[in-house]
Amino acid sequence: MTTEELPAADGREDSPQTAPARKGPPRWWLLLGRDRPAAVAAVVLSLVVLVALFGRLFIGDHAQRQNLDASLRAPSLGDGFYGLLGTDVLGRSVLARLIDAAATTLSVAVPAVLCSLVIGSAIGLWAGYHGGRRESVAMRVADIILSFPSLLIAVVVLYVFSPSALNIVLILAVARIPVYLRTSRAEAAELRSRLFVDAARTFGTPSRHIIQRHILPIALPTLLTVATLDFCFVMLTESSLSFLGIGIQPPDVSWGLMVAQGRQYLQTAWWITVLPGLAIVLTTVSATVLAAWARIATDPAQRWRLTLPRKRRGASAAVPPEMIP
Amino acid sequence: MTESRTTTAAPGAPAGENPPLLEVSGVTKSFGGGRRRLTALDGVDVRLGRGETLGLVGESGCGKSTLARVLLGLERPDAGTVRYDGVDPFALRGKELLNWRRRVQMVFQDPFASLNARMSAADLISEPWRTHPDVVPDAKAREKRIRELLSLVGLRDGDAHRYPNEFSGGQRQRIGIARALALDPDLIVCDEPVSALDLSVQAQVLNVLSELQSRLGVAYVFISHDLSVVRYIADRVTVMYLGKVIEHGETEDVFDRPQHPYTAALMSAAPVLDASRAAHDQEIQLKGEIPSPFDIPSGCRFRTRCWRAQDTCATEAPPLVVRPSEGAGDDHTALCHFPLEARSAWA
Amino acid sequence: MTTTSATDPALDVEGLCVDLSTASGTVRAVDGVSFSVRRGRTLALLGESGCGKSMTALSVVGLLDPAAEVTGGAVRVRGEDTLRLSAAERRKLAGPVLSIVFQDALTALNPVQPVGRQIGEPFRIHRGLSRREAREKAIELMTRVGIPEPRQRAKSYPHQFSGGMRQRLLIAMAVALDPDVLIADEPTTALDVTVQAQIMRLLRDLQDERDMAVVLITHDLAVVAQRADDVAVMYAGTVVEQGTVREVFSAPRHPYTRGLLDSVPEDAERGQPLPAVPGSPPELSAVPSGCVFQARCPLVRERCVSERPVLRATGDARSAACHFSEELARD
Repeated sequence: MTTEELPAADGREDSPQTAPARKGPPRWWLLLGRDRPAAVAAVVLSLVVLVALFGRLFIGDHAQRQNLDASLRAPSLGDGFYGLLGTDVLGRSVLARLIDAAATTLSVAVPAVLCSLVIGSAIGLWAGYHGGRRESVAMRVADIILSFPSLLIAVVVLYVFSPSALNIVLILAVARIPVYLRTSRAEAAELRSRLFVDAARTFGTPSRHIIQRHILPIALPTLLTVATLDFCFVMLTESSLSFLGIGIQPPDVSWGLMVAQGRQYLQTAWWITVLPGLAIVLTTVSATVLAAWARIATDPAQRWRLTLPRKRRGASAAVPPEMIP
Repeated sequence: MTESRTTTAAPGAPAGENPPLLEVSGVTKSFGGGRRRLTALDGVDVRLGRGETLGLVGESGCGKSTLARVLLGLERPDAGTVRYDGVDPFALRGKELLNWRRRVQMVFQDPFASLNARMSAADLISEPWRTHPDVVPDAKAREKRIRELLSLVGLRDGDAHRYPNEFSGGQRQRIGIARALALDPDLIVCDEPVSALDLSVQAQVLNVLSELQSRLGVAYVFISHDLSVVRYIADRVTVMYLGKVIEHGETEDVFDRPQHPYTAALMSAAPVLDASRAAHDQEIQLKGEIPSPFDIPSGCRFRTRCWRAQDTCATEAPPLVVRPSEGAGDDHTALCHFPLEARSAWA
Repeated sequence: MTTTSATDPALDVEGLCVDLSTASGTVRAVDGVSFSVRRGRTLALLGESGCGKSMTALSVVGLLDPAAEVTGGAVRVRGEDTLRLSAAERRKLAGPVLSIVFQDALTALNPVQPVGRQIGEPFRIHRGLSRREAREKAIELMTRVGIPEPRQRAKSYPHQFSGGMRQRLLIAMAVALDPDVLIADEPTTALDVTVQAQIMRLLRDLQDERDMAVVLITHDLAVVAQRADDVAVMYAGTVVEQGTVREVFSAPRHPYTRGLLDSVPEDAERGQPLPAVPGSPPELSAVPSGCVFQARCPLVRERCVSERPVLRATGDARSAACHFSEELARD
């Protein structure tokens, strides 16, 4: 083939003014900095992760140390670092327990969510892309799992086997697989009929590569959004299990367990329940906000919207996409 | 590839000595079953020589997109045969099938939807090579080839690292064309390649396509609803209605002397720029819209909208009317009980 | 402008400017667009995608995307500048005075409401009719726009109609309250050719019947040639040529109009390259300071780079924004 340039190229007078400005996508941290809520969410999340990773190194045994004299103390500035957030009925520092619980909570919720995300999405994408019998089999399996109340399975399984952290993770992972399976199947089934997938098929691209290259990257932001919401669900389920006595076993402590344990003192000592509850909410909300941000930031066609003031970002259907250069 | 020649010559086979590049005969394809059975293609014949352009005209539901998918091997016909140089792609397996896929490529209608927005132009153009790594084996050659392809379709080197949303529609379509060319195909199926483009850009892309044809000898199946575009680019025209080819012939024959009332109506309905011509032709307004492909009328499928329809049209399938071409080339055929004789017959 | 008549225009747009926030900052999407239409006339806003024609239409009816903002100009209907009205006052105009037909009927109709109810809605909102009366009106309108068995079909949902029928429904809704001005934004682009012809015929009949002013937004030169009385050719947010369709199309005075007309493949010889306009429209962020068309213009000279041409009369009731329009007139 020759390499002569065709005449009448519509790319040739392309404004040189804009070319250098658009080189490469904007740095992600700059985009994050422009979006205040997302930046705050990122900070909160990194704090939680840091605390979960290293918190135990600093608090020693304060999470377990009982002091019946100091039972049910309200949060105050006068009782030193460990008294900042008050104490529970056994006089244990709520702050220390929160820090300790962060590690346990995340070590259950994160692997559980990741496992179900990876397994569920893989099966769902495969089933949705191929359709037909593979799809129906996968969906029926998902329906079966979903038709059992997941808490009930968890109770049975954990009652039969020992209620270890690993078992909780496994049980939660299996119970949540259908969520990802259904979402990813729906995405894949929709994307399967998109033109660029057809285009890839005309080159003879094997389906596994099509899923990897064309379907997964587009479905991923949605799946991650689902995962962040699910993160909340998993933490709460874990707390229910702990409440029933088959979840996290004392003296270990998780946020959910703290909520459960503190419930009977809700009227007298709100801090025992509300603070771990707040930790759960803060973590999940931050994850959700960050996921929503990441969804836009990873899309080359949407990324620029992050540079707008937030209130004007919403795109109504009134302006056709070709009018937004 | 084997060079076996098929000799099931339909009436009006081109007089060339080479076997046709593409020969489709009696292809039927339906979807679903029972009452929701949709017959998308019903005994479609198409043939095309190397370096030629076949225009495929019809409105929505006429089966042209399904035909395109059959030609690309994405959809297996229920009946009938598809032959490329005498080879049936649906009989191929594994490596052979993969090699065949290289020979037929597609340019899509929607330059927005057919390019994955998360891939840069270079990724998009080189994507076919991920599946066919032996076409351009090493990274250096690839880079060079990407540049070649870009300049072939009139884009610049610097465009290689930009993303689809940074290009205009016409530029995206050029990327689509470059991608289709990446595997050196013999045939490119162009599905409404310019209908999503602006007029001034449309002409550029049409020029790119014809230039590539004369330079590389690639054949096109050019699907379009825009008659003026088809008239400009196609050597031969096939008109489809509800899954059947209702008229076929050399472009001039079909456009200047349409035999089928539908073809005539289509031409009359298309707005034309030339006011004098518009006034000269009396406008044929068809009744109603295209019937649902789930429920195709008996006899002649166009009869429900045809102003010449008589009782026989409802009961008997229309015969094939063959008229020799006024120029050279394919006979001018139509499926109609009451074909139009000449332009004056319906004006 | 083409206001040579004594009667007042039904819609008068003057110096409309719209700014749009984008990745590369704020850009001017519509830059000083003026036009006017009288009742019974059709003005075509002709241009390629991104030229600002739809943006102009949307700002006239007040449906701009939040990323866009009207920054100047006036849109006068019935002697009032709608841009200065409050949202509530403006809503009162939508329907009885100004209405719009969108390109994509499927998304413009509510998918979960029977169409009869949707078409009757304007009567309930603006005329305070009861549900039953509105329904009767809706059926009447559906009959008028040629929907068979309207009484039964009124209960159907949008997806149960074909594309052409949906467009008819949308038109029925738009003309429900007898607007002075009907804006049709690419009303037939998504339709088949034979159906397109039917819809265009319907629009023309309704216009004659109700004496509406129609603003037809399109990229299709042939549609303009057959359907419109006047045309305003838009490019990169500005009007580059304006006049009656007959005059503008037979003897364009702007090189862009000329290029567009030439690139229609209608009379082109197969095998001969089409006389394409080179390049593509400038990005809105990079509209040059001189003439907007300079980068693609065959007549370009220094003056075009330094000075932006303004619309000036090139004949009776027509104007073009080109320094050298006389040269086009000569050949």
